[in-house]
Amino acid sequence: MFTASDLRKGLRIKIDNEPYVIIEFNFVKPGKGQALYRTKLKNMINGNQFERTFRSVDTFESADLREKKMQYLYKEGDKYCFMDNENYEQVYLTEDQVDDAKNFMTDNIEVEILLFEDKPIGISLPNFVELVVTEAEPWAKGDTAAGNTKPVKVQTGYTIQVPTFVTEGEKIRIDTRTGEYLTRVKN
Amino acid sequence: MTESHQDDSFLLACKMRVLQLRAKLIQSIRYFFIQNNFLEIETPLRIPSPAPEEHIEAIRSENWFLQTSPELSMKRLLAAGYPRIFQISKCFRATERGNKHLPEFTMLEWYVAQFDYHQLMDQCEAMLVTAFKDMGHDKNITWQNKEISLATPWEKISIAAVFNIYAPISLQQALHQDKFDEIMVEYIEPFLGIDRPTFIYDYPTQLAALAKTKKSNPDVAERFELYIGGLELANGFSELTDADEQRQRFEEALNARTAKNWIHYEMPEKFLKILETVPQSAGIALGIDRLAMILADTDKIDDVVAFTPESL
Repeated sequence: MFTASDLRKGLRIKIDNEPYVIIEFNFVKPGKGQALYRTKLKNMINGNQFERTFRSVDTFESADLREKKMQYLYKEGDKYCFMDNENYEQVYLTEDQVDDAKNFMTDNIEVEILLFEDKPIGISLPNFVELVVTEAEPWAKGDTAAGNTKPVKVQTGYTIQVPTFVTEGEKIRIDTRTGEYLTRVKN
Repeated sequence: MTESHQDDSFLLACKMRVLQLRAKLIQSIRYFFIQNNFLEIETPLRIPSPAPEEHIEAIRSENWFLQTSPELSMKRLLAAGYPRIFQISKCFRATERGNKHLPEFTMLEWYVAQFDYHQLMDQCEAMLVTAFKDMGHDKNITWQNKEISLATPWEKISIAAVFNIYAPISLQQALHQDKFDEIMVEYIEPFLGIDRPTFIYDYPTQLAALAKTKKSNPDVAERFELYIGGLELANGFSELTDADEQRQRFEEALNARTAKNWIHYEMPEKFLKILETVPQSAGIALGIDRLAMILADTDKIDDVVAFTPESL
């Protein structure tokens, strides 16, 4: 159980049976008035954000959140299927819940599935993944200017800006947090 | 020398300009009061019990408390025949920490016998105009990209009027729905004193624990606040000198605290005993750190003190 004075940026709390993360926090107190805790909250299931002001008498339950290692199996319709490697149970996330992670997920990749009260609500990937370039314009000879980039498609269908020397069939390393190209990977 | 020691010294050295400015500000304020025949006094920081106010949390010091304001001691001096007194002292309030709050902060507090709250607003304006001038701000000051005119007279507007201008509901509705503080913080404070410093006055009596009520309307107390650039700087009022009424208001505050299971404060009997002999007077408390924030053009109170609790 938390009280309003425990609130801080990054804290995860449960409101109306849903998990929220505090993304902005400020303590205010109008002259001689009561302490107020102004927050901006993000719903961890649907991503909705809103502002809410709490009083010092308000109390909160902590959100029961944990991460579990699972393996990505396949996509079926708009659902993504993952398997818990410990008990072989399968869980599903929606397109919205997977969000940008789908750009970097290859079959059988190991990911962390975020569970709220044992229900899957989100995913986090390893910081770096290696993906094969499946479509790329050939390298135009003479285009040697440093810093020039071109768009290529990788095996997940994601389009990414890479240096012009990257060719089809090569493997590249991508930072999943920024979605940006890091380097070529030699086989 | 360790790396963290170097970092610490570097951060403190970065504050030198602001700390010099802060020192000059305090010198200017002190000079104003001395020139105006005030007596500078010191009262104990450790006291048996703070003034019973519902929303001020005191910090314990053994079985006593650190003062939340020097108010009660200063009024005892007023009662004893000190007509013009000022004090610059540390005050302590538990749980108050934010961009504009430190649990230990510096307060300027002064009292003037035979003044009412309007006269005190005028004197506060004169003191600050002098201080701003001493600090090189004759006509205006820019704080957080807001250009604030310092031309006198400063704006004076009643709290009922600011609700009508800025709030979605009236002052009466806000009180009735127990939303006064939330409305102030969300809809009103950010707009007060933006073009020029603004005094808001005539607070509801239930929000002015130690202020005198207006003769024409007992629901309203002669209390005011000063805002500059949306920042609350000072709180003042005509002093309540009716001991029975004061005792009743203290009891209400104490009961409200008991109901919430908050720390118990004692009824300040010595203060109540001399209250009837306090002359008609007005008093005001002004946050020195906040004033320094405006002069240093920062929106973080941490920037205007050498040390925060977290840096110790």
